[in-house]
Parts: sequence; structure tokens; C-alpha cells
Amino acid sequence: MDRDVILVMEHISKSFPGVKALDDVRLTVRRGTVHALMGENGAGKSTLMKVLVGMYTPDSGSILFQGQPVTIDKPETALNLGISMIHQELSPVPYMTVAENIFLGREPVGKFGLIDKRKMIADTRALLERLDINLDPSALMRDLSVANTQMVEIAKAISYDATLIIMDEPTSAITEREVAHLFQLIRGLKERGVAIIYITHKMDEVFEIADEITVLRDGRHVATVPASQVDRNSLIAMMVGRELTNIFPKEEAPIGEVVLSVRNLCRNGVVKDVSFDVRRGEILGIAGLMGSGRTEVIETIFGIKKADSGEIRIKGQKVQINSPADAIAHGMALLTEDRKRTGIMGVLPVRDNMMIASLETYSLAGFLNKRLINETCEREKRRLDIKTPSMEQLIKFLSGGNQQKVLVSRWLLTAPDILILDEPTRGIDVGAKSEIHRLMCKLAQEGKAIVMISSELPEILGMSDRVLVMHEGRVGGEFVRAEATQENIMRAATGQWQPSQDTAASAA
Amino acid sequence: MRATTSAEIRAKGLNRERWNAFLRKYAIVLIFLGMVVLLSILSDAFLAPRNLVNVVRQISVMGLLAIGVTMVIITTGIDLSLGSVLALAAVVAASLAQRSDWREVKYPGLDVPLIVPIVAALAIGLLCGTINGSLVAKFKIPPFIATLGMMTVARGFALIYSDRPISGLKDSYNFIGQGELLQIFPVAGQRPLGIPIPVLILAAAAIAAHVMLTSTRFGRYIYAIGGNEQAARISGVNIDRVKISVYALSGLLAGLAGLVLSSRIGSGQPGLAVGYELDAIAAAVIGGTSLSGGIGTIWGTIVGALIIGVLNNGLDLLNVSAYWQTIVKGSIIVIAVIIDTRKNR
Repeated sequence: MDRDVILVMEHISKSFPGVKALDDVRLTVRRGTVHALMGENGAGKSTLMKVLVGMYTPDSGSILFQGQPVTIDKPETALNLGISMIHQELSPVPYMTVAENIFLGREPVGKFGLIDKRKMIADTRALLERLDINLDPSALMRDLSVANTQMVEIAKAISYDATLIIMDEPTSAITEREVAHLFQLIRGLKERGVAIIYITHKMDEVFEIADEITVLRDGRHVATVPASQVDRNSLIAMMVGRELTNIFPKEEAPIGEVVLSVRNLCRNGVVKDVSFDVRRGEILGIAGLMGSGRTEVIETIFGIKKADSGEIRIKGQKVQINSPADAIAHGMALLTEDRKRTGIMGVLPVRDNMMIASLETYSLAGFLNKRLINETCEREKRRLDIKTPSMEQLIKFLSGGNQQKVLVSRWLLTAPDILILDEPTRGIDVGAKSEIHRLMCKLAQEGKAIVMISSELPEILGMSDRVLVMHEGRVGGEFVRAEATQENIMRAATGQWQPSQDTAASAA
Repeated sequence: MRATTSAEIRAKGLNRERWNAFLRKYAIVLIFLGMVVLLSILSDAFLAPRNLVNVVRQISVMGLLAIGVTMVIITTGIDLSLGSVLALAAVVAASLAQRSDWREVKYPGLDVPLIVPIVAALAIGLLCGTINGSLVAKFKIPPFIATLGMMTVARGFALIYSDRPISGLKDSYNFIGQGELLQIFPVAGQRPLGIPIPVLILAAAAIAAHVMLTSTRFGRYIYAIGGNEQAARISGVNIDRVKISVYALSGLLAGLAGLVLSSRIGSGQPGLAVGYELDAIAAAVIGGTSLSGGIGTIWGTIVGALIIGVLNNGLDLLNVSAYWQTIVKGSIIVIAVIIDTRKNR
């Protein structure tokens, strides 16, 4: 441990409205090592890295880089210091070439201030050859596969001659062979003294490539350990090991017959052979890491995206669902994950937002029954305690929690049998959160089947009768309430859980 | 004491808020009234009943187009084909309404009842609009491009159908554009003034569209699509069907406008109404319709059309050259959009 420390981040805190994303976090990275940064969704990994590369300004804390205290207020500063980052979300300029993308913003300039294209292409070719990446510098980015796009991003990050490279889930889109290639590159970088901060959810990768591991949880630093001194289980325990701070109002509801039955559902590589049942009165939690295919399964069932194969039965009847309208007609309702993008109609009044899915019930021969609509809105407003000055208020002016309540009521007005809730409490305050939880229990008691996707393990554990865990588009595990522990779910979510290993699996 | 003061401050704040809300909603009406007052001071002729009737008559054709395009814009679309569709409908309708004794008859010996040219004009509009809507909804072509194509194609068909004006139309046909009903408004020294039929047609179309947008399921779906198409789809709205219907309605209104315009001028011409769609779009935008969708009212659009009409008329009365008129009109449109984007920020 004599090697120089290249980066010390200390006492870093960062708050967003309503959330403390980072709370007194520290991170020390050594030259020529790979430092893995681990934690659940929302643990603060990405926020910490965005602070480091100047995309966020921390509320407090200090950064020491190569022994010097530094203030990184914009991405450019980080690049000039020699810190570059490969983002999880790729952002290539599709109609530019590989070379133009790599040299974007720092194009070599020749005579008359014009871009020296020849030099740019030659430099790119040299870079790609050095990294053993077999790509044409003049190819357009849009013609590359996702994996090759990723390799270009990696090459770009390396081309800054950075002494510290941050890789945020760099293997989420590439094949095993390319992962091996990437690891070879990383080893080469290490030898040259470059430090790498490596964010991943994949256990295998961590133990293959990392020297040290820092675990974050709920925005706090949990532990920093040498990779050789931990095993998978203790690492998982560190990532999830917290008490349930939220109290969930889970109430038992009589569980009846199967209402929704999904068999062997497949869609274009993102949903792979998914099967499950949901019963009347039951809350089925769907857990899984980001990108594990949770939302994709739901989109396919609800007819937003088309399934390649598989079967859906509702109350025993095989159904064909080609559009959300079909799904609604079969008694399904879907509260989507992204309230702003697929939920609210911002410039429209609360009333329209509430009624849009059930206007057929509230109109006669195409004409709206305005009196009935107004009565219904007022009733819903009281029932869900929606805080809005009037039904005329544009929904964009409501708080997140109240917007969510309007959307919940939009779906309840369709009188669904099956209620699918994708991240029902994301980004809303604690009060509204527990109101929505209570409502879920009440709906289950009324005999509705509820499917709840959530990234928050406590919510999954607190609310679900049964938990389905997704991993890379497949069902990674399924647990009844008694067996659904944080460790089991985390293991299944990282592909570490096998039914044969464990005592009991409930595949009922 | 302190409690009273803070309550007062709050009340004052509330009043200001209400006043701002009122201004935001009715700013365009106030601007219109301001223009009317200003023009009646600047020009003696402006307030004459016959002039006012003229203003309204002149906006009736553009107003019909503006109603259609308002609905299209609310869905975040646009319709550039309206002027061309109007011309195509006008030449076809005119050719079916010619007097048999006219020197140059498109269909010699043809003598059909008045309903035939009317239905033909509406059907052509409906057809063109349905094609627009299908291109947008089914083939996912951007509305700008789809209707730009239709603009060129429909104009071409109009020219192929007749490369010169079709005149000598029957009186019964011309009555649609030239007639007046309810001649009950006395004017000193002249025959009593009535309401021009084109104005009645515009009023009927505006009322029907207003009721449709505010009080029918279909109308709310139009706003929903503009508000958030993805959310509307997930809520079970049949996006394709609504979009096709909206463009079809817009086309239908263009057909109706073709009928009105050709009967008003007593001839169907392939070169009619070039650029009218831009005035219609301007009227909608001045009236508060948001190009980002989800926002817009028919009454706002009608006020927008009135503003353009009054502006044209007033600048004429004040002997402002036609060239300057276009500059003034263009500036006002841009200013209206600036106000609109600030309002929605």
C-alpha cells in the first residue's frame, strides 16, 4: 500500500430537494489500481462521480487530486486535470465519424484555422491500434453497434491521457469477448500508473478486476476494503445491510385465484422467457437492478411494445394485447415509471389528467357528462386527499406527490382488476408515499391484483406478498414473503442465486 | 394588528395573482379592443357598419382554415396544405355549378342541383385531409413534410383540372358567398344591412368546433395527444384514429372554405388562396394556440383572425402600402409567439 494516492475525496455531501444524495462520503483512490464503487440503485455512486467530474457542485467537502486541493466546477476542469469519465448513458453524435467523436471539442487545427482532418484520422487510427480496437476512424457512429460505440467511448476517455478514468457500468452493453478486451485494456492502463474507478453491479467483474472496493449505501460510506479480503456474501451484506427505517402499513388481504398469468414472454433480447402469476388480493413486487428488464416486461404485457412470443392469460382466458387500449379493456391499469414523460399531460388541467383513461364511462354518444365528471373529480380529490386549488389547475403546478395521486386516481377510475405500479413512490415525499402504500393495501383487500415494480428494497420487502427478481431480462429468482430477505433479493438481482443452492424456492 | 397586515398583504398578493391570470387569459382580447379603439380614432370610415361587416366577411375564409389548423396544432401538428386544398375544392365545385348558357363550360350540358358542387367540395377537402392524417399517423411522416407534400400535390391537381378560371356560376351557387340573411340592420340612405352568409358559416363552424373541443370525448383526446402523446396512448387513446380525424376535419373545413371563396368571387381559380394557410396559422398562434401542443381555443383563434382582419382593413384605411402591411403582420405574429413562449415557461 505504498503506492501514491492520486485522489482523496473527503466529507462530500450533496442534497437535492427532498433527498440527501451524499452524506459525508469519502473515497481514496491509488495510482495504478482499479477501485470498484458499489452499492444499490440510489446509493449515491453516480452522484459522487458527477461531483468528481464537475457536473454537480457538492454542498460541502474537499477534493485532493495528486496531492493538490482542487475545485472542480465544470467538466472541462476535470478533463484538464486528467480526470475523464465513461458515462453509463452513451451520448455519441450519430452523424459524425468515429474520429470526429473522439476529438469533439478539441479538433486538431491546421492552416487557416480549419480542422486538420488528416491528422485527426491518423491520430484516431494510432489510438485505436494502440488499444487493439478494430474500427475504421471514418465510420459514422450511427452505423456502429452499441458494443462498438461503447469501445469508442472508452478509447475517447483514454485519449485524454487521463491519469484517472471513471467507468460507469462500462460492460452493460457489451459481449463477453469485448469485456475480456476491456479488461485487457484496463490492465494495460494500470501498468502505466492510471487509476480507474469502476462502477458496476456485476460481482464477477469486481472480483476479476478490482483491487479495492468502496461500498456506498443510502448516500453514506459503508466500507473500503481490499478486494482480496471480501467475498460475495459479505459484499452483498454491506450493500443492503440496513434496518428498515420506513414503516410499511402492510395488511394481509385474502388471496384468491390467479388473475394474470404470463408464460414464456420474450421480446427482442430485453425480456427473456419471463413467466409469473398474480392473484386476486396479492401484491407482487418486482425487484431488480437498473436495466434488468423490469419495466420492459411490464411494457410488453401492457401492449406498449410488442412481444415476440409468449402467452398472457387473464382470469384463465388467453388474450391478445396489441395496444394499451386492449390492456385497459382487459381490466389492466399501468402507472408508469416516468411521471413526466409518460404520465402527466403537463399543460392540461387536473380534470383532464384524471379522466383521460375513463372518458368512455363518463360520456354519452361522445358527449361528456360534465356534471358527473365534476362530481367524480371532487369525490376523487377528497378520497385521495389531492391538494389542488381547483380541477382547472394545470397539473404541472402540483407537487410530485399530488401529481402521482391524480394519476393513481386516473387508473382507479377505469375500475381495473390488475393494477401495475411502476415505481409508484419515486420522487415523492414521505407523507404521500405512505398514503400510496396504504391505498395499495386497501386495493388489495378489495380484491385487486397488484404488481409493483420498485428499486427500493425496503418498499419491495415491506409491501409484497411475493417478490419476483429480474436479472438481465430473465426471472433471477422468486420468493414468498417469508423468504424475501434483502440478501436473497440482492443475490438474485446480481445473478448469484440458484434455486438448487437455496433451501426453498416458491415457483408456485 | 400584525395578523391583519399580513392578511392584507396576502389578499393583495392574491388580487395581483388573479389580475395576472386575467391578463394572461384575456390579453389578446384587450389587444384587439385596443386596436379597434385606436383605429376608430385614426379613421372615420373604420366604425361604419358596412366596413365592419366587410372586415368580418373578409376573415370568414381564413377563419374557416384557422379553426381547422387550430385543432391540428393542438395535437402538435401543422397543416400547410389548406390553401391548395381550398383551391382544388373551389375549381371542382365551380365546374359543377356553371350556368349552361356560359360561353366556356367545363362540362357542356351538365346541369346538376346545387347540392352536388357543395358535396364535391367537402368531399375533396375530406379526402385530402384524410390522406394528410394517414401519412402523419400511420406512416409517421412529420406533419410539416406530409402537408407540405399535399400543398404541392393539391395545387398541381387544381391546375391540371383547369388552368384558367372557371366562371359563369349559377346565382344559387354565388348566393353562398355573396348573399346576406337577416337584413334587419337599417343604414341611412341604403338598403338594410344583413349578415353575410360566409359569416354565418364561420360562426356555425366555430360554435361546432368549440363544442367539439370542450364537450366531447374526441375533443379532449385532441388536447390529450398534444399534452403528452405517450401518456394518452398508455391511457388507451387511439392516437392514430384521433389524428387522422383531426386532419380530415381540417381538410373538410378547407373544402368548405373553397366553396365560400369561389362563390364569393363568382369563379373557381386554381391559383386561389396561395399562402392562406400561413394567415390561418398566424391567427391560431396570435389567439394563443401553442405550437408545442395541448393549448388552444377556438374563441382565441377567432379573435386572432379578427386581429389580422382589423389590421389589414385598418392599414388599408390608413393608406399604408401593402408592402408595409406584410411587415407589420409578420412582426405581430413573431411578437405573439414570444409572448406565448414566455407565458408557458
